[in-house]
This record gives sequence, C-alpha cells and structure tokens, in this order.
Amino acid sequence: MHNKTIAELAAGLRDKEFSSRELTTHFLARIGQYNPALNCFITVTEELALQQAEAADARIAAGKAGPLTGVPIVQKDIFCTKGVRTSCGSKMLDNFIAPYDATVVERLGRAGTVMLGKANMDEFAMGSSNETSFYGIVRNPWDTNAVPGGSSGGSAAAIAARLTPGATGTDTGGSIRQPAAFCGITGLKPTYGLVSRYGMIAFASSLDQGGPMARSAEDCALLLQEMAGFDEKDSTSVKRTVPDYRAGLNERLAGLRIGLPEEFFDEALDSEIARTIEAAIAEYEKLGAEVKKISLANMRLSVPVYYVVAPAECSSNLARYDGVRFGYRCQNPKDVHDLFMRSRGEGFGAEVKRRILIGTYVLSAGYYDAYYLQAQKIRRLISEDFKQAFEQVDVILGPTAPSVAFGFGEKTSDPIAMYLSDIYTIGVNLAGLPAMSIPVGFSSNRPVGMQLIGNYFKEAQLLNIAHRYQQVTDWHRRVPANFM
Amino acid sequence: MEWETVIGLEIHAQLATRSKIFSGAPTAYGAEPNTQACAVDLGLPGVLPVLNGEAVRMAVKFGLAIGGTIAARSIFSRKNYFYPDLPKGYQISQYDLPVVSRGHLNILVDGEEKTIGITRAHLEEDAGKSLHEDFHGLTGIDLNRAGTPLLEIVSEPDLRSAQEAVAYMKKIHALVRYLRICDGNMQEGSFRCDANVSVRRMEQNEFGTRAEIKNLNSFRFVERAINFEVERQIALLEAGGRVVQETRLYDADKGETRSMRSKEEANDYRYFPDPDLLPLEIGPAFVDEVRGQLPELPDAKKERFKAQYGLGEYDAAVLTATRETADYYEAVVGAAGCDPKLCANWIMGDLSAALNRAGVEIDQTPVTAERLAGLLQRIADSTISGKIAKQVFEAMWEKGATADALIEQQGLKQITDGGEIATIIDQIIAANPEQVSQYRAGKERLFGFFVGQAMKATRGKANPQQLNALLKQKL
Repeated sequence: MHNKTIAELAAGLRDKEFSSRELTTHFLARIGQYNPALNCFITVTEELALQQAEAADARIAAGKAGPLTGVPIVQKDIFCTKGVRTSCGSKMLDNFIAPYDATVVERLGRAGTVMLGKANMDEFAMGSSNETSFYGIVRNPWDTNAVPGGSSGGSAAAIAARLTPGATGTDTGGSIRQPAAFCGITGLKPTYGLVSRYGMIAFASSLDQGGPMARSAEDCALLLQEMAGFDEKDSTSVKRTVPDYRAGLNERLAGLRIGLPEEFFDEALDSEIARTIEAAIAEYEKLGAEVKKISLANMRLSVPVYYVVAPAECSSNLARYDGVRFGYRCQNPKDVHDLFMRSRGEGFGAEVKRRILIGTYVLSAGYYDAYYLQAQKIRRLISEDFKQAFEQVDVILGPTAPSVAFGFGEKTSDPIAMYLSDIYTIGVNLAGLPAMSIPVGFSSNRPVGMQLIGNYFKEAQLLNIAHRYQQVTDWHRRVPANFM
Repeated sequence: MEWETVIGLEIHAQLATRSKIFSGAPTAYGAEPNTQACAVDLGLPGVLPVLNGEAVRMAVKFGLAIGGTIAARSIFSRKNYFYPDLPKGYQISQYDLPVVSRGHLNILVDGEEKTIGITRAHLEEDAGKSLHEDFHGLTGIDLNRAGTPLLEIVSEPDLRSAQEAVAYMKKIHALVRYLRICDGNMQEGSFRCDANVSVRRMEQNEFGTRAEIKNLNSFRFVERAINFEVERQIALLEAGGRVVQETRLYDADKGETRSMRSKEEANDYRYFPDPDLLPLEIGPAFVDEVRGQLPELPDAKKERFKAQYGLGEYDAAVLTATRETADYYEAVVGAAGCDPKLCANWIMGDLSAALNRAGVEIDQTPVTAERLAGLLQRIADSTISGKIAKQVFEAMWEKGATADALIEQQGLKQITDGGEIATIIDQIIAANPEQVSQYRAGKERLFGFFVGQAMKATRGKANPQQLNALLKQKL
C-alpha cells in the first residue's frame, strides 16, 4: 500500500479495496518501524489519526467521500494544529499546544485527510539541512549519512521513506524544493498568496508560502486543490478562482517554450547534476518543447537580498516569543528584562539567533536605508528579470540546488556556504513566483532535483509540465533500498 | 525676560468600532481581564491581522472633517519594541504614509479665533495593560485593550499656551463625538493625549528643546501639566540650565511632571512596512461616499443656530457643544413651535442644572424633548406662569409625566378669569385695612405685599400681568 500514490490510494479507498483505518494503521506501523532511524517526526498523532481514519471510513461508507477522504498525510510542524503540539522545531514552542487549526490544516481536514503526525523541520524554518531542529537531525532515506535538506526535511524524508504518501511543506527560500530535490520527491511552492498563511508560523511573511510535497506531480495537484484559495483571515491571500489542477495534467507540451537561465548553469553547478538536468531537457525536447537560453541578470544578488529581507522580517515576527504568554519561559526571572533576555536566549537556537541579530541590525536607525530599503529595490529588479523572461518563455528550467544532499556537519560551521545551497531557489520567493522540484536522476547515489519556475498563478501549467515528464520517466517511482 | 510657549499635541482617540482593528474580538470596556482577546490579539504563533474597514471609514470621516488630505495609498508599519503587554513585540501603526495629513481646526480663545494645523492622523492598534496591584509583587497582563483601534491625531506646534492646548483638545473632543467615531470617555482612556512642550525667548526663531508629557487623560491635567512644565523649563533656562529632550510623566497627585526616559534611552523602533498587510488603498468613490455621510459639523451648526434661531454667540456655542444637545434643542424648538430663545433658556437653565445634579447626559434625560416642548407650550399660551413651570418641570423630572397631566392633576392652571382675580383682591383689601391706608398714603413698596397675598390665596396660579393691573386699579 505504501508504494501507491495519493491518486491510487484515494481510488483504492473509494473502491473499498482497503479502509482508511487499515491504511492509517499500515503507515503508523511503518512510522514505528522506520522513524527511530530517520527522525522525520516531532509528534506522531496515532490516536487522532485512527479517529480521523474511522470518520473517513464512515464517510466513504455513506458515499460522501471526497477526492482525499481517508488519505493519510503529514503536517509540517510549522502549521498550527488544534490540541496538538506545534513546535516549529524549536525549544521555544516545545510546550505549545495550538488552540486553533491553520487554514491549510482545516482545509485538508475538511477534505477528509488523516493526519499521521507533525514533521520535523529546521527551527522556525531557518535552515537548509534540517540540522537546526531542536528535535535533532533528520536522515536522508537515500543515504542516512546525508542531510534531507531543509527546512521541510522531515516532510521530504517521510515521503521518500514511504512513511506517508504526502505532506505539507513551507518554502521561504527553497524549503519545499530543496528537500524535495535532496530526497527525490516532488514538491511545489505556489505563487505567493495562493495558499493561506493563517496558522502557518511566520518566518519571513513576504516570502513564506505553504505548499504540497508528494511523490508525483499528480499527487501535488490533488493536495494543492484543497490547500489553495482565498482566505479572509490572510490579507495577503489572493481572491481568484482556483482552477482544477488535475484537469490539464495531460496537456501536450508541443510548442512549450522552456527558458534555461545561463546563471543556473554556471561553474558553481556540480557537473554531474548539470548532465542529469541536460538529460531531462532532452526528454522535454522529445515531448515537443523548445529550449531557449535566457538570462536572469540580477540572480546573483538574490542570496544577499534574501539575507537582508528574511532576517529583517524574522526579527520582528519572532519578537512575540518573549516568555510572557506562551512557549518557553526561563526559570526564576528576576525582572521583566531578565525574563525576556533569558527566555529568548535559552529558547532559541544559534541559527535563529543569528538571523534575529542580522534582521535587527539591518532595520536599525541609520542602517535601514542602506540595507533594507536597498534590498527591496534589488528585489524589484529580480522580479523584473523574471517578468522579462516570461515574455520570451513559458517556463524556466534549471537545477533545484547546486549539489546533491551533503553530509551532516559539512556546512554548519560555514553559514555562507549553507546559504548558497539555496542560490537557485531564493529568487523565486523574492519574486513571489510558483516553482516545483521534481526528481530527474541520481548523482553519487543521491537524488537530483530539477526546478521548474512558472509565471504567477501558473501552477496548473507547472503541474502539467512535471506530470508529462513523470509519464515518460520513472525517477519519481524509485524507492530507497532500505524502505521498500 | 519674555518667554513664548510652544506646544504640539498628539491625541489618541479610541475609535468606536464594535470589533478590534485587526481582529474580530469585541472592544467593549470593563470586561473581565483577557476575555476580549482572541488568538490574533494574543499574538499567538501563526495569526495574521485583517484590517477593520469601519476603522478606516472613521479615519476618513475625521480627515474630511478637518479639511485634510486622504491618502490614496497609506502603509501600515511595525513599531518594534519589547513590553510585557505588547503581545507581538511590535505595534502595528502608520509611519511615513498616514491615512490623513494636512488638516486644520479653528479654536476660539479670549474671543480670538486661531487656526491650528493638524500634521497627520493615523490608524494604529492599542497595547494591553499591565496590572501591578493584587499580584503580590508580580505583574498581571490584561490584553482586552490590545488591538483596540486608535486614531492618533498630531497637531503642528501651533499652540502657544496651556489654554490654547485645552481649547484645541476640547474642539477635537467635540468633533470626534460629533462624528460618532469616538465616545470621548476620558476616564476610560478613550480620549487621551501626549503634549510636546518647549519654551523659547520671544525674539528667538527656532524652537526650544521639547519635553514630551505622556498620557494626559483630562483637560484639567493637560492644563496643569503644561503650566507646570512651562514654568519648570523657564526656571531651568533662566538659571542658566538646559532643557533635555525626554519623555516625562505627569503625576496628578503631586501636580508635577517627572522624567521617564531620556532621548538616549529611547527605543530604536525599527519601523518597517508590515508584510502581513497590503497597502491601504482608498479610492475617490469611497471618499465621496464618506463625505456624503458627514454630519453637520460643530462650527457650521453654531452659525446656523445663530442665523436660524436668532441666538447669540454664547447660546449657540453652548447648544452646539455636543451633537446630542444640539439635536435635543432642535427637537424642542420643532415640537414646541414657540420662541427659540425661550427653548434655549430652559435647556441651558433648568434642564442643564437638573442633568448636572443627577449626573445624567442629555441623551439619557427623563424629560424628553417632546415633553419639555409640551411644558414650554403651556408657558407660551399662558396656561401657567414661568414660576409654576419650574414647579411642573421638577415634577416631570421626578415622575416622568407630561406637563399637561401634571397641570391638570395638581390644579396648576393659571387663573386668567378677571372676575375671579378681582374677588380675591377685594377680600385682601377688606382684610388688610391698615396696609391699604399706608399704601394709599404713599408707601408704594407695599404693592409687593398685596401681590404676595394674592398669590398665596391662589397658590401662585393668578396670571401675574392681570393681577398687577387689577391690584393697581383697585388700590
């Protein structure tokens, strides 16, 4: 059962080949068996999952099943789940039981999905390797000596190891796409504003976007269908009709104009990854697509711009963790200042503190113009580059990350090297565009991810392009040897 | 040495919306602590603000009323600082692009009219409250007030005395209540201000260094705090000292201001646009719609009262001081159909005295406009005298009955029958021969004695004009 896609599982449930309870029990058993080695979960919600599975079975029996009724999924622990610990990977929220559901959780719950648990992640989504989690590292199912990527590392690894057919992720600078690439799965970062951020714990509000992670584009389409759409609780969510994401999956790609940005294929890119991507491009050419070289001239500035904008927003977003109302509080504070200082000092990890410090600095009087304002200007230039590119091509294609999954501790001592692992993904967040990562092969036995970037609200087209590729290749169906 | 005082006020008016500025929680005052704070007000992880459209409408109303510019696009920013009753660690406010800018207001001080510039008015959220009593050395936090919408109204440094500052503040107070955008309740903190005060030598062009006095919540405190601060600064400068830029607190018990924090200790608020909120865009159609909803404003109403009802400046000003008083007045005039001046006298006299005694606002008065009009009609048609009317008014206030019912019930109808009055006079003349002869001998002030006797005999009901005429004739 665990090798079936969401689409296949939903069909099996509807046809009563198996019950949601059986399916849920099966995945819970796999989690029990494999999670100790991988550490994909911060919380496994076994009891709740079985309750939800039984409710789903009742709906299926009553003929009231929707497309996802009874399908187990995992929520990244950044999404608030009512009555369940929502830690965001941090000691700060280790004791935080959310009193409400995030809109994404509510919508997926209404669609009938069963929540198996809460996925491990980098602390407050700040990290590219899942090494900053208070709950420990997550291991990559393809090579347990390698990181799963981050920050949605728990979600990606759990899907790759067949501990869940799908999961939610969030992507602020590549946090869905890069772990999807490292774990050989499919992930979609939607257009900013498509998926509600309400109840999704904020890291950098103008960049954060939740999205689906699964094994195939079709499964991502199924999940996105439920996640997407206007939410009056999120002022930045966009009011527009959500298309049927599955309807166009099989559209032909003849005449599709694919842009290859020269900046994505420079000397920083691992040569084996480059060859793998070129093979994927060849598949697209066989499907009738035209390939064109383009340029995104300001792309090289995306990492520095990101590391001004994201920390600035995070320094403010994380100010609420002060030990006063919820979350970690230090022992015996001697006054309110001490309460603030020690609760934050003891509750946050090093990477979070680093970003809060950077953010506080760039917003300070006398530095705001030079950093924050300047970064916003360059951000507009980066968006402008994409806009011009989309006048020439329909989709932009390139590697998701400059390397495959790296080893534990390889980059933790060098934050800049770690930050550069998001060099191909960050620009997309700065511009607010949708993008996907799909598996296209292996390098040194570790998965290689390919990124597809679409124009605003072109998720359906991205899914179509990814799905057509997955119809003619089987990289997305590969299973890591120890998790068959 | 001659000194000039320079004052600018920052008034915080709590907007009278039903729910908070960025959440659906109610704003009612006086609830149990933390019962009117939802997930958004508590700043729980993951929550997001959604702007209350009614607060925007109210801000635009105010902007139009002061002849200000309504920004087509304004921005909400975050003002970052740590404080236990500031749930998110930042306050959402407006910084470089406020919703209203460049308005003005006229004030009247010592008979002279003066225009005060209003730099800006912006929307922001209030913080919660820290409670230091009853917690045995600890601090309690009440977040009911967190997220309450405020309009911060910033004046130009155009005010030159405490008296002007109070006149300006009262004018704004009346205006926001006219517009029904703020209940103006100063005890509950719905209307409060910070005063920026400096002094300079008369011949000096540039402003002196200012001190900001925080959180003044009564007109009296504003006046006293400014006067104290002005004297403090002058004394300091005359002694060769220097005013430091700082934030000061007014201690109402001691009647003095004292230093709270200096400029050096001031927070760096690290303002930046709030990425959770889109820019606030206000189109001309919305502005026109709000303009159409504006009530008649205090100054216009006062001028109309003078013209339409023939009232003097003072009467017109008192009757238009609040929208409720003005509405009451016009209801009385309309229903009574008699002399508008008589109506004005009664509202400013007996009614106002009774309201003050009872501590009741005019919109809660037991003597409604229709009933007061009923009483005034009986004066106008001579059914009762003005003196009896006062008696009837008291009974109306106590018993809540109409004037006609009370006049009937208590037999207070004026005696206008000349024959009846003549008979009574005859009896009085017959009973007081000594006084009659003294009067006739030239002791004219005894006339009052006869009036008194006649009124006593009629229990005050004799028509005074008729009584006087008949008495003179018979004596």
